[in-house]
Amino acid sequence: MRDRNVGLLMGVIILAVAAIWVALPTNPGLHIHLGPINFDRNIRVHQGLDLQGGLQVLLEADLPEGQEIEAGAMDAAKVIVGNRVDALGVTEPLVQSQGERRIIVELPGVKDPELAIATIRETGLLEFVNAGSTFLSPGTVVRTDFGGSVAPTEEMTPTPEITETAAVTPTVPAAPTPTPAPELVFPTVLTGRDLSSGGLSIGRKQTTGELYIAFELTSEAAPKFADFTSKNVDKYLAIALDKEIISCPVIKSAITEGKGVIEGRFTLEEARSLLVQLQYGALPVPLRVETTRTVGPTLGQDSVQKSVTAGAIGLSAVFLFMLIYYRFPGLLADLALAIYALLNFAIYKFGLPPLFNYVTLTLPGIAGFLLSTGMAVDANILIFERMKEELRAGRSLGAAIEAGFSRAWTSIRDSNISTIITCAILFYFGSTFGASMVKGFALTLIIGVTISMFTAVTVTRTFVRFAFDAFGDRLRDKKWLLGV
Amino acid sequence: MFNIIGKRYWYFLISAVLIVPGLIAMIYSTVTYGTPVRLSIDFTGGSLMVIKFQQPATEDAIRDVFMSYDFTNPMVQQLGRPEDNTWQVRLGFIDVEKVDEIKASLAGQIGPIDEASSSLSTVGPAVGNEVARSAAVAVVIASLLVGAFIIVTFRRVPNAFRYGVSAIAAMVHDILVALGFVSIMGILFSWEVDALFLTAILTVIGFSVQDKIVVFDRIRENTPKRRGESYETIVNRSILEVIHRSLATQLNAMFVMIAILLFGGANIKQFIAVMLIGMVTATYSSIFSAVPLLVVWEKGEIGQFFRRLRRREAAA
Repeated sequence: MRDRNVGLLMGVIILAVAAIWVALPTNPGLHIHLGPINFDRNIRVHQGLDLQGGLQVLLEADLPEGQEIEAGAMDAAKVIVGNRVDALGVTEPLVQSQGERRIIVELPGVKDPELAIATIRETGLLEFVNAGSTFLSPGTVVRTDFGGSVAPTEEMTPTPEITETAAVTPTVPAAPTPTPAPELVFPTVLTGRDLSSGGLSIGRKQTTGELYIAFELTSEAAPKFADFTSKNVDKYLAIALDKEIISCPVIKSAITEGKGVIEGRFTLEEARSLLVQLQYGALPVPLRVETTRTVGPTLGQDSVQKSVTAGAIGLSAVFLFMLIYYRFPGLLADLALAIYALLNFAIYKFGLPPLFNYVTLTLPGIAGFLLSTGMAVDANILIFERMKEELRAGRSLGAAIEAGFSRAWTSIRDSNISTIITCAILFYFGSTFGASMVKGFALTLIIGVTISMFTAVTVTRTFVRFAFDAFGDRLRDKKWLLGV
Repeated sequence: MFNIIGKRYWYFLISAVLIVPGLIAMIYSTVTYGTPVRLSIDFTGGSLMVIKFQQPATEDAIRDVFMSYDFTNPMVQQLGRPEDNTWQVRLGFIDVEKVDEIKASLAGQIGPIDEASSSLSTVGPAVGNEVARSAAVAVVIASLLVGAFIIVTFRRVPNAFRYGVSAIAAMVHDILVALGFVSIMGILFSWEVDALFLTAILTVIGFSVQDKIVVFDRIRENTPKRRGESYETIVNRSILEVIHRSLATQLNAMFVMIAILLFGGANIKQFIAVMLIGMVTATYSSIFSAVPLLVVWEKGEIGQFFRRLRRREAAA
């Protein structure tokens, strides 16, 4: 019994020291480099959007209710949104699927939320670019005079010259002239908007078996295209998606009927993906902004400050109450409560690998933690009240202590299980919808309640037993120290 | 021994006094606003802007700007102290692309905006409906599961079913008091129910049941020990034994919540207020609703009550 108690006490101390190390604000993280082992782990507090400011957007597939979304389309959209978000240069962006039709994007600390939303939502831009006699190899990123991407250079490079014909061969990708320097700005002839979305199809050339995409222009764009093509026969007409060349065919003859084909030695998959991009823009599924939440950074920091103050005051009151009302055992409970708070904070920073790697702290999350603290204290109150009762009933101190813990246990266990049941429902509710704050609350509460069963019962019991072994004789005469 | 259970009908009366004004408020609110409690954009869809100006602004000036963008009825409210220059505007669902334009107008006509201290939420109506629906589902499922849990853990006590039902009835009582409070505050101070409120209600459910389990657990323990005593006496003894713990626990929870109410951020104060009301009620109802209900049921007084009522009707 005694040895086991010493062992437990050592365990508690080691755990507390580890928790203090993790909780240290200056924690350097874990960086282990031993021969082939490379392990790096940063340990820090992850603040939610409501605390550090930022933007949360819930995007939903903008399709009629009931229309099936193609398999994989939402995943593809998620990847594309992710790429765009990365381009915004936000640290730790979060892009997650939510259900079958939704994507949730969280951008902490983003400065211009409106611009960020516009970037995420932007559909892929398809351009027909007048490349003149320059062959632009697929994959080249070019500048065009369409949209806001043209840098206002003092020296506007004109359209590549059209007079030079020597390098132009009638077949498409042969003998390309060198790819032009990036500062060349090409004029855009048409964009994806000029295509009529119903007129797109994939075809296969009978002669070579190559795939092509047939397109049809809108009635407004057709004359413009006819005019352009008739003036630029044998020149290159590059097709670019988001400023990146995907094919660069030669204009073989004037296109007057507003119909044409895009050839590019596509595989079937590429042709399909391009078709989808042409139809919907680069996103395979059009997305609608369903909900947004933006919080200014100052507002968030203000909340953190206030929550910390409120928490400190509330907890001090609890510590004081336990000390005054339960005296010596109260002091031990306070000690256990301090360990409880440390363990919680350590888990917020370090997570519980492999379950999760950190807990994002939000305002409701802080509230959940404070509430679980109340429940941790409740466990100690139940135990100590029971102890007092047993002492009053005339039991010896040692027997009263053991009875207090064992008799109070069923109440503590059952009441905490009921809290965990409600938390699980809250957590499920929180993860299904954009209500991530509900999830944060449930998570910290569930972590807190679970830890409290350990600290308020096991840790406190270890402390009390140890103290009884050490000072038992002196305590027996001083019942006031036990709050009786 | 102090007899708590003997005055059980008085407690039922107190509960009625607590619940009825809330119910009236909910009816009034349903007639006036269409729902028993006022719902925030989380449930109805719409937009909520918090704007901090760098200089004083007036409600009318702000409203005018929004009216010029064809918003029919923007609700403009000042937040915090007047010198904070912080305003909250509630609107229908707006396209994010329009926000920049509106902000530019506000800055032009009223004064520069402190972007770092401002916020914006927009919720599409479809999402709002879903949240409202699943909120109701969450509350119902939570109650049923917790009730089932009580019946299972108390299975060795005679009539375990009654314990589960009494706990749930008392819990519904707590929810009604909390809802009534919000409904009244909604009418008086336009408090709205948001996703956080749902959290508060579910927390009250958890706390309420936890509290009832502690009291019931003592009855469970005392029942086999004191076979000679009447059920009423056993129950009364159990209450007196746990009342210290109930008060101490409640006091501690109150310390934390009152600290948040006084010193915490404005955005969670309503949430904490609802929770505080709910928890105080939960502690009360464990002792003064759940247990008296058990006794009334155990002694068959419910049946008697209705029989007496019928007899009176027959006589009249």
